[in-house]
Amino acid sequence: MEVERISGLKFHKKQDVAIVGAGMTTFKRRLNETGKELSYLAIKQALEEADMDLSDIEMVVMGSAPDTFDGLHMKGEYLLDGSGGSDRPYMRVFVGGGTGVFAPIAGYWHVASGLADVCLVVCEEKMSSSHPHPQSAFKYIWDPILDRPLNPNLIWIFALEMNRYMHVHNIKHEDIALVSVKNKANALDHPCAQLAEKITVEDVLNSEPMALPVRRLDVSPPSDGAAALIMVAPHIARQVTDNPVWVTGVGWALDTTMWTNRDLYFPRYVAEAAKMAYRMAHITDPRKEIDVAEPYDPFDYKELHHMEGLGLAKKGEAPILTREGVTARDGDLPCSPSGGLLGVGNPIAATMGVKAGELYWQLAYRAGKRQVAKEVTTGVCQAWGDLMQVGTVMVMSNKR
Amino acid sequence: MSVGKKDISCPPEAPGTPLKDADITEKKVTYVEDHPDMRYAWTAGQAISRFLNELKEGRLIATKCNKCRRILFPPRMFCELCYKPIDDWVYVKDTGTVQTFSISYIDPDARPLEEPIIVAVIAVDGASKNMAFMHVLGEVEPKDVYIGMKVKAVWKPEEEREGSVTDIKYWKPMEK
Repeated sequence: MEVERISGLKFHKKQDVAIVGAGMTTFKRRLNETGKELSYLAIKQALEEADMDLSDIEMVVMGSAPDTFDGLHMKGEYLLDGSGGSDRPYMRVFVGGGTGVFAPIAGYWHVASGLADVCLVVCEEKMSSSHPHPQSAFKYIWDPILDRPLNPNLIWIFALEMNRYMHVHNIKHEDIALVSVKNKANALDHPCAQLAEKITVEDVLNSEPMALPVRRLDVSPPSDGAAALIMVAPHIARQVTDNPVWVTGVGWALDTTMWTNRDLYFPRYVAEAAKMAYRMAHITDPRKEIDVAEPYDPFDYKELHHMEGLGLAKKGEAPILTREGVTARDGDLPCSPSGGLLGVGNPIAATMGVKAGELYWQLAYRAGKRQVAKEVTTGVCQAWGDLMQVGTVMVMSNKR
Repeated sequence: MSVGKKDISCPPEAPGTPLKDADITEKKVTYVEDHPDMRYAWTAGQAISRFLNELKEGRLIATKCNKCRRILFPPRMFCELCYKPIDDWVYVKDTGTVQTFSISYIDPDARPLEEPIIVAVIAVDGASKNMAFMHVLGEVEPKDVYIGMKVKAVWKPEEEREGSVTDIKYWKPMEK
Protein backbone atom coordinates (compact mmCIF):
# COMPACT_ATOMS: atom_id res chain seq x y z
CA MET A 1 0.00 0.00 0.00
CA GLU A 2 1.21 3.49 -0.84
CA VAL A 3 0.71 5.95 1.97
CA GLU A 4 0.43 9.58 1.08
CA ARG A 5 2.94 11.62 3.03
CA ILE A 6 2.02 15.15 3.97
CA SER A 7 5.13 17.25 4.36
CA GLY A 8 5.37 19.97 6.96
CA LEU A 9 3.36 18.22 9.64
CA LYS A 10 6.31 16.63 11.38
CA PHE A 11 7.25 17.52 14.93
CA HIS A 12 4.00 19.30 15.69
CA LYS A 13 3.35 19.67 19.38
CA LYS A 14 0.54 20.89 21.56
CA GLN A 15 2.73 23.10 23.76
CA ASP A 16 6.36 24.01 24.45
CA VAL A 17 8.27 22.16 27.16
CA ALA A 18 10.45 23.77 29.83
CA ILE A 19 12.71 22.30 32.49
CA VAL A 20 12.33 24.11 35.81
CA GLY A 21 14.13 21.90 38.30
CA ALA A 22 16.71 19.14 38.58
CA GLY A 23 18.37 17.20 41.36
CA MET A 24 20.76 14.34 41.89
CA THR A 25 22.41 12.20 44.53
CA THR A 26 26.14 11.74 44.89
CA PHE A 27 27.53 9.06 42.59
CA LYS A 28 29.50 6.40 44.46
CA ARG A 29 30.72 2.87 43.80
CA ARG A 30 28.49 1.67 46.67
CA LEU A 31 25.71 3.50 48.47
CA ASN A 32 23.75 2.03 51.35
CA GLU A 33 20.46 3.46 50.06
CA THR A 34 18.18 1.24 47.97
CA GLY A 35 17.07 2.26 44.50
CA LYS A 36 13.79 3.55 45.93
CA GLU A 37 15.59 5.64 48.53
CA LEU A 38 18.00 7.05 45.95
CA SER A 39 15.09 8.02 43.67
CA TYR A 40 13.36 9.69 46.61
CA LEU A 41 16.48 11.74 47.46
CA ALA A 42 16.97 12.97 43.88
CA ILE A 43 13.29 13.83 43.43
CA LYS A 44 13.17 15.80 46.68
CA GLN A 45 16.07 17.93 45.42
CA ALA A 46 14.41 18.57 42.07
CA LEU A 47 11.08 19.44 43.71
CA GLU A 48 12.88 21.82 46.02
CA GLU A 49 14.60 23.60 43.15
CA ALA A 50 11.29 23.92 41.28
CA ASP A 51 9.53 24.83 44.52
CA MET A 52 6.91 22.16 43.99
CA ASP A 53 5.34 19.30 45.93
CA LEU A 54 4.70 15.80 44.71
CA SER A 55 1.02 16.74 44.55
CA ASP A 56 1.90 19.15 41.70
CA ILE A 57 3.26 16.26 39.62
CA GLU A 58 0.78 14.86 37.09
CA MET A 59 2.75 12.09 35.43
CA VAL A 60 6.03 10.29 36.08
CA VAL A 61 8.65 8.79 33.76
CA MET A 62 11.22 6.46 35.33
CA GLY A 63 14.43 5.38 33.61
CA SER A 64 16.57 2.48 34.78
CA ALA A 65 18.94 0.09 33.02
CA PRO A 66 19.04 -3.76 32.90
CA ASP A 67 17.19 -5.68 35.59
CA THR A 68 20.18 -8.02 35.76
CA PHE A 69 22.11 -5.53 37.91
CA ASP A 70 19.38 -5.68 40.53
CA GLY A 71 18.56 -9.39 40.20
CA LEU A 72 14.99 -8.18 40.19
CA HIS A 73 12.38 -8.09 37.47
CA MET A 74 9.61 -5.54 37.09
CA LYS A 75 12.11 -3.01 38.36
CA GLY A 76 9.90 -0.12 37.26
CA GLU A 77 7.15 -1.37 39.54
CA TYR A 78 9.61 -2.11 42.35
CA LEU A 79 10.85 1.48 42.19
CA LEU A 80 7.38 3.00 41.86
CA ASP A 81 6.93 4.42 45.35
CA GLY A 82 10.39 5.95 45.54
CA SER A 83 9.78 7.44 42.10
CA GLY A 84 6.68 9.28 43.24
CA GLY A 85 4.64 7.34 40.71
CA SER A 86 1.84 5.85 42.81
CA ASP A 87 -1.69 6.79 41.82
CA ARG A 88 -0.74 8.64 38.69
CA PRO A 89 0.24 7.74 35.11
CA TYR A 90 3.68 6.15 35.37
CA MET A 91 5.98 4.43 32.88
CA ARG A 92 9.50 3.06 32.78
CA VAL A 93 11.66 3.58 29.71
CA PHE A 94 14.91 1.83 28.93
CA VAL A 95 17.48 1.92 26.12
CA GLY A 96 20.58 0.82 28.04
CA GLY A 97 23.09 3.63 28.51
CA GLY A 98 20.99 5.84 26.25
CA THR A 99 18.29 5.97 28.96
CA GLY A 100 19.90 9.03 30.60
CA VAL A 101 18.67 11.20 27.74
CA PHE A 102 15.85 8.93 26.53
CA ALA A 103 13.93 9.31 29.81
CA PRO A 104 13.74 13.13 29.48
CA ILE A 105 12.73 12.61 25.82
CA ALA A 106 9.83 10.50 27.10
CA GLY A 107 9.06 13.28 29.60
CA TYR A 108 9.00 15.66 26.63
CA TRP A 109 6.36 13.48 24.90
CA HIS A 110 4.15 13.71 27.98
CA VAL A 111 4.21 17.52 28.11
CA ALA A 112 4.54 18.40 24.39
CA SER A 113 1.54 16.20 23.58
CA GLY A 114 -0.55 18.16 26.07
CA LEU A 115 -1.31 15.02 28.09
CA ALA A 116 0.48 16.48 31.10
CA ASP A 117 1.44 19.99 32.18
CA VAL A 118 3.87 18.78 34.84
CA CYS A 119 5.95 15.64 34.32
CA LEU A 120 8.59 14.30 36.69
CA VAL A 121 11.48 12.35 35.13
CA VAL A 122 13.59 10.24 37.46
CA CYS A 123 16.50 7.93 36.63
CA GLU A 124 18.02 5.50 39.10
CA GLU A 125 20.78 2.94 38.99
CA LYS A 126 22.17 0.65 41.62
CA MET A 127 25.00 -1.30 40.03
CA SER A 128 26.65 -2.40 43.27
CA SER A 129 24.08 -5.10 44.11
CA SER A 130 25.66 -7.38 41.51
CA HIS A 131 28.63 -9.19 43.08
CA PRO A 132 31.55 -9.23 42.94
CA HIS A 133 31.46 -6.80 40.02
CA PRO A 134 28.68 -5.48 37.74
CA GLN A 135 30.76 -6.68 34.76
CA SER A 136 29.34 -10.16 35.41
CA ALA A 137 25.85 -8.83 34.63
CA PHE A 138 27.08 -7.28 31.38
CA LYS A 139 27.81 -10.82 30.11
CA TYR A 140 24.12 -11.21 29.44
CA ILE A 141 23.85 -8.50 26.80
CA TRP A 142 25.88 -10.55 24.29
CA ASP A 143 24.25 -12.78 21.69
CA PRO A 144 23.98 -16.16 23.45
CA ILE A 145 24.85 -18.19 20.34
CA LEU A 146 27.32 -16.18 18.28
CA ASP A 147 29.19 -14.14 20.92
CA ARG A 148 28.93 -15.68 24.36
CA PRO A 149 30.83 -18.94 23.65
CA LEU A 150 33.93 -16.74 23.14
CA ASN A 151 33.76 -15.59 26.80
CA PRO A 152 33.53 -11.91 25.96
CA ASN A 153 33.84 -8.98 28.34
CA LEU A 154 31.76 -5.91 27.52
CA ILE A 155 34.92 -3.79 27.35
CA TRP A 156 35.81 -5.72 24.19
CA ILE A 157 33.35 -3.93 21.93
CA PHE A 158 34.55 -0.54 23.12
CA ALA A 159 38.15 -1.54 22.59
CA LEU A 160 37.29 -2.78 19.09
CA GLU A 161 35.42 0.43 18.30
CA MET A 162 38.17 2.65 19.75
CA ASN A 163 40.84 0.83 17.75
CA ARG A 164 38.85 1.18 14.53
CA TYR A 165 38.28 4.90 15.21
CA MET A 166 41.98 5.44 15.92
CA HIS A 167 42.96 3.49 12.80
CA VAL A 168 40.65 5.25 10.33
CA HIS A 169 41.59 8.77 11.45
CA ASN A 170 45.15 7.99 12.50
CA ILE A 171 44.56 9.20 16.05
CA LYS A 172 47.07 8.63 18.85
CA HIS A 173 46.07 7.37 22.29
CA GLU A 174 47.67 10.53 23.76
CA ASP A 175 45.06 12.68 22.05
CA ILE A 176 42.22 10.52 23.32
CA ALA A 177 43.62 10.48 26.87
CA LEU A 178 43.26 14.27 26.98
CA VAL A 179 39.49 13.79 27.29
CA SER A 180 39.94 11.73 30.45
CA VAL A 181 42.33 14.35 31.85
CA LYS A 182 39.89 17.19 31.07
CA ASN A 183 36.74 15.51 32.38
CA LYS A 184 38.24 14.18 35.60
CA ALA A 185 39.59 17.68 36.31
CA ASN A 186 36.20 19.29 35.50
CA ALA A 187 34.64 16.91 38.02
CA LEU A 188 36.69 18.47 40.83
CA ASP A 189 34.02 21.19 40.87
CA HIS A 190 31.12 18.73 41.04
CA PRO A 191 29.96 17.92 44.57
CA CYS A 192 28.53 14.54 43.47
CA ALA A 193 31.72 13.32 41.78
CA GLN A 194 33.11 9.84 42.34
CA LEU A 195 36.42 9.99 40.44
CA ALA A 196 37.40 13.66 40.33
CA GLU A 197 41.18 13.99 40.20
CA LYS A 198 44.04 15.81 38.55
CA ILE A 199 45.74 13.31 36.27
CA THR A 200 48.09 13.53 33.32
CA VAL A 201 48.13 11.93 29.90
CA GLU A 202 50.99 9.69 31.11
CA ASP A 203 48.83 8.44 33.99
CA VAL A 204 46.23 7.30 31.45
CA LEU A 205 48.76 5.69 29.11
CA ASN A 206 50.47 3.88 31.99
CA SER A 207 47.30 2.73 33.76
CA GLU A 208 46.46 -0.96 33.96
CA PRO A 209 45.58 -2.51 30.56
CA MET A 210 42.02 -3.84 30.36
CA ALA A 211 41.38 -4.63 26.70
CA LEU A 212 43.95 -2.67 24.73
CA PRO A 213 43.73 0.04 23.55
CA VAL A 214 41.39 0.57 26.53
CA ARG A 215 43.21 1.11 29.84
CA ARG A 216 41.82 1.65 33.34
CA LEU A 217 41.77 5.46 33.15
CA ASP A 218 40.06 5.45 29.74
CA VAL A 219 36.94 4.04 31.43
CA SER A 220 34.25 5.51 33.67
CA PRO A 221 33.51 3.65 36.93
CA PRO A 222 30.37 1.68 37.83
CA SER A 223 28.28 3.70 40.29
CA ASP A 224 25.14 3.95 42.38
CA GLY A 225 23.07 7.10 42.05
CA ALA A 226 19.87 8.82 40.96
CA ALA A 227 18.84 12.02 39.20
CA ALA A 228 15.56 13.82 38.57
CA LEU A 229 14.18 16.53 36.26
CA ILE A 230 10.89 18.42 36.27
CA MET A 231 9.42 19.25 32.86
CA VAL A 232 6.47 21.59 32.55
CA ALA A 233 4.21 23.47 30.14
CA PRO A 234 4.84 27.21 29.49
CA HIS A 235 2.03 28.47 31.75
CA ILE A 236 3.47 26.47 34.66
CA ALA A 237 7.05 27.55 33.91
CA ARG A 238 5.98 31.18 34.10
CA GLN A 239 4.62 30.65 37.59
CA VAL A 240 7.61 28.90 39.12
CA THR A 241 10.70 30.50 37.63
CA ASP A 242 12.17 33.45 35.78
CA ASN A 243 14.77 31.24 34.07
CA PRO A 244 13.15 28.21 32.47
CA VAL A 245 15.23 26.19 30.01
CA TRP A 246 13.29 25.12 26.92
CA VAL A 247 13.59 21.77 25.20
CA THR A 248 13.79 22.80 21.56
CA GLY A 249 14.57 19.47 19.92
CA VAL A 250 14.66 15.75 20.64
CA GLY A 251 15.93 12.86 18.54
CA TRP A 252 16.64 9.19 18.89
CA ALA A 253 17.74 6.37 16.56
CA LEU A 254 19.02 2.81 16.71
CA ASP A 255 21.41 1.05 14.37
CA THR A 256 21.42 -2.70 13.67
CA THR A 257 22.09 -5.07 16.58
CA MET A 258 24.51 -6.94 14.29
CA TRP A 259 27.28 -4.58 15.34
CA THR A 260 29.96 -6.56 13.50
CA ASN A 261 28.20 -5.59 10.25
CA ARG A 262 28.79 -1.85 10.81
CA ASP A 263 31.90 0.20 10.27
CA LEU A 264 32.59 1.14 13.87
CA TYR A 265 34.61 4.28 13.15
CA PHE A 266 31.52 6.54 13.04
CA PRO A 267 28.38 6.49 15.25
CA ARG A 268 25.72 6.64 12.55
CA TYR A 269 22.96 6.21 15.14
CA VAL A 270 24.04 9.43 16.92
CA ALA A 271 24.19 11.31 13.62
CA GLU A 272 20.63 10.19 12.77
CA ALA A 273 19.32 11.15 16.21
CA ALA A 274 21.09 14.52 16.04
CA LYS A 275 19.69 15.19 12.58
CA MET A 276 16.17 14.77 13.95
CA ALA A 277 16.79 16.93 17.04
CA TYR A 278 18.52 19.71 15.07
CA ARG A 279 15.74 19.76 12.50
CA MET A 280 13.20 20.21 15.26
CA ALA A 281 15.31 22.92 16.89
CA HIS A 282 15.95 24.68 13.54
CA ILE A 283 19.71 24.23 13.89
CA THR A 284 21.56 24.03 10.59
CA ASP A 285 25.17 24.51 11.67
CA PRO A 286 25.62 22.82 15.05
CA ARG A 287 29.31 23.76 15.37
CA LYS A 288 28.37 27.46 15.29
CA GLU A 289 24.94 27.37 16.94
CA ILE A 290 25.66 25.06 19.88
CA ASP A 291 27.31 26.92 22.78
CA VAL A 292 27.84 24.06 25.22
CA ALA A 293 27.64 20.28 24.86
CA GLU A 294 27.34 17.26 27.10
CA PRO A 295 28.25 14.34 24.80
CA TYR A 296 28.14 10.92 26.43
CA ASP A 297 31.59 9.97 27.73
CA PRO A 298 31.65 6.51 29.36
CA PHE A 299 35.03 6.12 27.64
CA ASP A 300 37.34 8.96 26.70
CA TYR A 301 37.26 8.17 22.97
CA LYS A 302 33.45 8.14 23.16
CA GLU A 303 33.26 11.88 23.79
CA LEU A 304 35.24 12.46 20.57
CA HIS A 305 33.24 9.85 18.66
CA HIS A 306 29.98 11.45 19.78
CA MET A 307 31.12 15.02 19.05
CA GLU A 308 31.61 13.86 15.47
CA GLY A 309 28.22 12.12 15.44
CA LEU A 310 26.61 15.28 16.81
CA GLY A 311 28.19 17.36 14.04
CA LEU A 312 30.19 19.41 16.56
CA ALA A 313 33.37 18.35 14.78
CA LYS A 314 34.16 16.95 11.37
CA LYS A 315 35.05 13.27 11.17
CA GLY A 316 38.45 12.87 12.83
CA GLU A 317 38.55 16.49 13.98
CA ALA A 318 37.34 16.08 17.58
CA PRO A 319 40.79 15.12 18.98
CA ILE A 320 42.26 18.25 17.42
CA LEU A 321 39.59 20.48 19.00
CA THR A 322 40.30 18.81 22.34
CA ARG A 323 44.06 19.29 22.04
CA GLU A 324 43.58 22.96 21.18
CA GLY A 325 41.44 23.51 24.28
CA VAL A 326 38.25 24.28 22.34
CA THR A 327 36.32 21.76 24.47
CA ALA A 328 37.67 23.01 27.80
CA ARG A 329 35.34 24.78 30.19
CA ASP A 330 36.70 28.16 29.07
CA GLY A 331 36.88 27.14 25.40
CA ASP A 332 34.71 28.02 22.45
CA LEU A 333 32.76 24.74 22.59
CA PRO A 334 32.85 23.46 26.18
CA CYS A 335 32.21 19.68 26.26
CA SER A 336 31.32 17.78 29.43
CA PRO A 337 31.80 20.82 31.75
CA SER A 338 30.14 18.70 34.46
CA GLY A 339 33.06 16.28 34.52
CA GLY A 340 30.97 13.74 32.65
CA LEU A 341 30.78 10.05 33.32
CA LEU A 342 34.57 9.77 33.45
CA GLY A 343 34.79 12.15 36.38
CA VAL A 344 31.42 12.20 38.12
CA GLY A 345 30.57 8.52 37.64
CA ASN A 346 28.51 6.19 35.49
CA PRO A 347 25.31 4.97 37.18
CA ILE A 348 23.94 4.09 33.75
CA ALA A 349 20.47 5.71 33.53
CA ALA A 350 21.17 8.18 36.35
CA THR A 351 23.85 9.84 34.20
CA MET A 352 20.89 12.03 33.26
CA GLY A 353 22.16 14.21 36.12
CA VAL A 354 25.44 15.00 34.36
CA LYS A 355 23.99 15.16 30.83
CA ALA A 356 20.44 16.58 30.65
CA GLY A 357 20.65 17.90 34.23
CA GLU A 358 24.00 19.64 33.73
CA LEU A 359 22.87 21.19 30.45
CA TYR A 360 19.82 22.60 32.23
CA TRP A 361 22.00 24.09 34.98
CA GLN A 362 24.46 25.53 32.46
CA LEU A 363 21.71 27.19 30.41
CA ALA A 364 19.94 28.46 33.53
CA TYR A 365 23.29 29.91 34.67
CA ARG A 366 23.04 27.86 37.85
CA ALA A 367 26.10 25.59 37.43
CA GLY A 368 28.14 27.51 40.02
CA LYS A 369 31.86 26.77 39.79
CA ARG A 370 31.19 24.62 36.74
CA GLN A 371 29.55 27.43 34.75
CA VAL A 372 31.29 27.74 31.38
CA ALA A 373 33.12 30.98 30.61
CA LYS A 374 31.29 31.94 27.42
CA GLU A 375 27.76 33.26 27.11
CA VAL A 376 25.38 30.36 26.47
CA THR A 377 22.03 30.21 24.74
CA THR A 378 21.76 26.78 23.16
CA GLY A 379 23.22 23.44 24.14
CA VAL A 380 23.00 19.76 23.29
CA CYS A 381 23.20 16.65 25.44
CA GLN A 382 23.42 13.10 24.22
CA ALA A 383 23.54 9.55 25.51
CA TRP A 384 24.36 6.24 23.92
CA GLY A 385 23.80 2.64 24.81
CA ASP A 386 22.24 -0.78 24.20
CA LEU A 387 24.69 -2.91 22.20
CA MET A 388 26.39 0.38 21.20
CA GLN A 389 23.59 1.08 18.81
CA VAL A 390 21.31 3.80 20.23
CA GLY A 391 21.78 7.55 20.06
CA THR A 392 19.51 9.83 22.13
CA VAL A 393 19.83 13.60 21.71
CA MET A 394 18.18 16.59 23.34
CA VAL A 395 18.69 20.25 22.37
CA MET A 396 17.88 22.92 24.96
CA SER A 397 17.84 26.70 24.89
CA ASN A 398 17.27 29.46 27.42
CA LYS A 399 15.50 31.46 24.68
CA ARG A 400 12.08 30.29 23.67
CA MET B 1 3.83 26.52 44.03
CA SER B 2 5.26 29.98 44.44
CA VAL B 3 7.05 32.44 42.19
CA GLY B 4 10.70 33.46 42.51
CA LYS B 5 13.07 31.80 45.07
CA LYS B 6 16.08 29.89 43.60
CA ASP B 7 18.58 30.66 46.34
CA ILE B 8 19.27 26.98 47.03
CA SER B 9 22.68 25.49 46.34
CA CYS B 10 23.33 24.09 42.90
CA PRO B 11 23.37 21.36 41.85
CA PRO B 12 20.73 20.45 44.37
CA GLU B 13 22.59 17.50 45.69
CA ALA B 14 21.69 14.70 48.11
CA PRO B 15 24.76 13.15 49.73
CA GLY B 16 23.72 9.50 50.19
CA THR B 17 25.61 7.05 52.41
CA PRO B 18 28.77 5.72 50.73
CA LEU B 19 29.97 2.21 51.62
CA LYS B 20 33.29 0.46 51.13
CA ASP B 21 33.65 -3.07 49.78
CA ALA B 22 34.89 -4.03 53.25
CA ASP B 23 31.59 -2.93 54.79
CA ILE B 24 30.00 -5.80 52.90
CA THR B 25 32.73 -8.42 53.31
CA GLU B 26 33.06 -7.70 57.04
CA LYS B 27 29.26 -7.57 57.39
CA LYS B 28 29.25 -4.07 58.82
CA VAL B 29 26.04 -3.25 56.95
CA THR B 30 22.76 -5.10 56.83
CA TYR B 31 22.26 -6.91 53.57
CA VAL B 32 20.63 -9.99 52.09
CA GLU B 33 22.39 -12.37 49.72
CA ASP B 34 20.97 -14.67 47.07
CA HIS B 35 22.38 -16.67 44.16
CA PRO B 36 19.66 -17.06 41.54
CA ASP B 37 20.38 -20.10 39.38
CA MET B 38 18.47 -19.71 36.13
CA ARG B 39 18.77 -22.24 33.28
CA TYR B 40 18.07 -21.43 29.67
CA ALA B 41 18.06 -23.34 26.40
CA TRP B 42 18.27 -20.87 23.52
CA THR B 43 17.07 -22.25 20.22
CA ALA B 44 19.41 -21.09 17.49
CA GLY B 45 16.61 -20.27 15.06
CA GLN B 46 16.18 -20.98 11.36
CA ALA B 47 19.24 -19.19 9.99
CA ILE B 48 21.79 -19.68 12.74
CA SER B 49 20.92 -23.41 13.13
CA ARG B 50 22.00 -23.98 9.53
CA PHE B 51 25.08 -21.81 10.15
CA LEU B 52 26.08 -23.87 13.21
CA ASN B 53 25.48 -27.19 11.41
CA GLU B 54 27.70 -26.01 8.54
CA LEU B 55 30.40 -25.14 11.08
CA LYS B 56 30.44 -28.82 12.05
CA GLU B 57 31.33 -29.54 8.42
CA GLY B 58 34.08 -26.92 8.50
CA ARG B 59 32.27 -24.44 6.27
CA LEU B 60 31.01 -20.88 6.69
CA ILE B 61 27.64 -20.10 5.14
CA ALA B 62 25.90 -16.80 4.40
CA THR B 63 22.60 -15.74 2.88
CA LYS B 64 21.91 -13.51 -0.08
CA CYS B 65 19.35 -10.80 -0.78
CA ASN B 66 18.75 -10.34 -4.51
CA LYS B 67 17.21 -6.89 -4.03
CA CYS B 68 20.10 -5.07 -2.31
CA ARG B 69 22.53 -7.73 -3.62
CA ARG B 70 24.22 -8.09 -0.26
CA ILE B 71 25.74 -11.35 0.93
CA LEU B 72 24.63 -11.36 4.57
CA PHE B 73 26.96 -12.80 7.18
CA PRO B 74 26.26 -14.11 9.78
CA PRO B 75 23.26 -15.48 7.83
CA ARG B 76 19.71 -14.38 8.55
CA MET B 77 16.33 -15.42 7.17
CA PHE B 78 15.30 -11.92 6.13
CA CYS B 79 17.13 -8.85 4.85
CA GLU B 80 16.69 -6.21 7.55
CA LEU B 81 17.06 -3.35 5.03
CA CYS B 82 14.78 -4.60 2.24
CA TYR B 83 12.61 -6.34 4.83
CA LYS B 84 11.95 -9.36 2.65
CA PRO B 85 12.92 -13.05 2.81
CA ILE B 86 16.45 -13.91 1.69
CA ASP B 87 16.81 -15.49 -1.74
CA ASP B 88 19.68 -17.91 -1.47
CA TRP B 89 22.27 -19.61 0.69
CA VAL B 90 25.92 -19.16 -0.34
CA TYR B 91 29.16 -20.48 1.08
CA VAL B 92 31.80 -17.91 1.99
CA LYS B 93 35.50 -18.52 2.54
CA ASP B 94 37.16 -19.28 5.86
CA THR B 95 39.62 -16.45 5.24
CA GLY B 96 39.14 -12.80 6.02
CA THR B 97 40.49 -9.41 7.01
CA VAL B 98 40.94 -7.97 10.50
CA GLN B 99 38.69 -4.89 10.66
CA THR B 100 39.67 -4.04 14.21
CA PHE B 101 41.14 -5.89 17.21
CA SER B 102 41.76 -5.66 20.91
CA ILE B 103 44.23 -7.30 23.26
CA SER B 104 42.20 -8.31 26.28
CA TYR B 105 43.72 -8.73 29.72
CA ILE B 106 40.39 -9.40 31.43
CA ASP B 107 37.91 -12.28 31.53
CA PRO B 108 34.09 -11.92 31.39
CA ASP B 109 33.96 -11.09 35.11
CA ALA B 110 36.68 -8.41 34.77
CA ARG B 111 39.24 -10.67 36.49
CA PRO B 112 42.78 -10.36 35.11
CA LEU B 113 43.96 -12.99 32.60
CA GLU B 114 47.47 -14.43 32.84
CA GLU B 115 47.88 -14.53 29.07
CA PRO B 116 46.07 -11.84 27.06
CA ILE B 117 43.71 -12.99 24.33
CA ILE B 118 43.43 -11.21 21.01
CA VAL B 119 39.87 -10.57 19.92
CA ALA B 120 39.07 -9.27 16.46
CA VAL B 121 36.24 -8.32 14.15
CA ILE B 122 36.94 -10.31 10.99
CA ALA B 123 35.31 -9.49 7.64
CA VAL B 124 35.04 -12.83 5.84
CA ASP B 125 36.02 -13.13 2.19
CA GLY B 126 33.10 -13.68 -0.15
CA ALA B 127 30.55 -11.72 1.91
CA SER B 128 29.62 -8.09 1.35
CA LYS B 129 31.63 -5.16 2.72
CA ASN B 130 31.67 -4.90 6.50
CA MET B 131 29.98 -8.32 6.86
CA ALA B 132 32.09 -9.44 9.75
CA PHE B 133 31.91 -11.38 12.97
CA MET B 134 33.77 -11.46 16.22
CA HIS B 135 36.35 -14.14 16.95
CA VAL B 136 39.79 -14.61 18.47
CA LEU B 137 43.24 -14.66 16.85
CA GLY B 138 46.02 -17.17 17.51
CA GLU B 139 49.56 -18.13 16.38
CA VAL B 140 50.44 -14.43 16.43
CA GLU B 141 52.11 -12.09 18.91
CA PRO B 142 49.91 -9.19 20.09
CA LYS B 143 52.45 -6.66 18.79
CA ASP B 144 52.31 -8.14 15.28
CA VAL B 145 48.55 -7.78 14.77
CA TYR B 146 47.39 -4.92 12.57
CA ILE B 147 44.13 -3.72 11.05
CA GLY B 148 43.91 -5.03 7.50
CA MET B 149 45.77 -8.27 8.30
CA LYS B 150 44.63 -11.29 6.26
CA VAL B 151 43.70 -14.25 8.47
CA LYS B 152 42.55 -17.85 8.02
CA ALA B 153 40.37 -19.98 10.30
CA VAL B 154 41.99 -22.83 12.24
CA TRP B 155 39.32 -25.49 12.73
CA LYS B 156 39.02 -28.04 15.50
CA PRO B 157 39.42 -31.68 14.36
CA GLU B 158 36.16 -32.86 12.83
CA GLU B 159 35.29 -35.26 15.65
CA GLU B 160 35.57 -32.48 18.25
CA ARG B 161 33.23 -30.06 16.49
CA GLU B 162 29.88 -29.56 18.13
CA GLY B 163 28.09 -26.88 16.10
CA SER B 164 29.35 -23.80 17.92
CA VAL B 165 31.37 -20.75 16.92
CA THR B 166 34.16 -22.34 18.96
CA ASP B 167 34.43 -25.07 16.27
CA ILE B 168 36.89 -22.54 14.86
CA LYS B 169 39.71 -22.60 17.41
CA TYR B 170 41.02 -19.21 16.29
CA TRP B 171 42.12 -17.32 13.17
CA LYS B 172 45.80 -17.19 12.25
CA PRO B 173 47.72 -14.81 9.99
CA MET B 174 47.96 -15.98 6.37
CA GLU B 175 51.37 -14.54 5.53
CA LYS B 176 54.43 -15.79 7.36
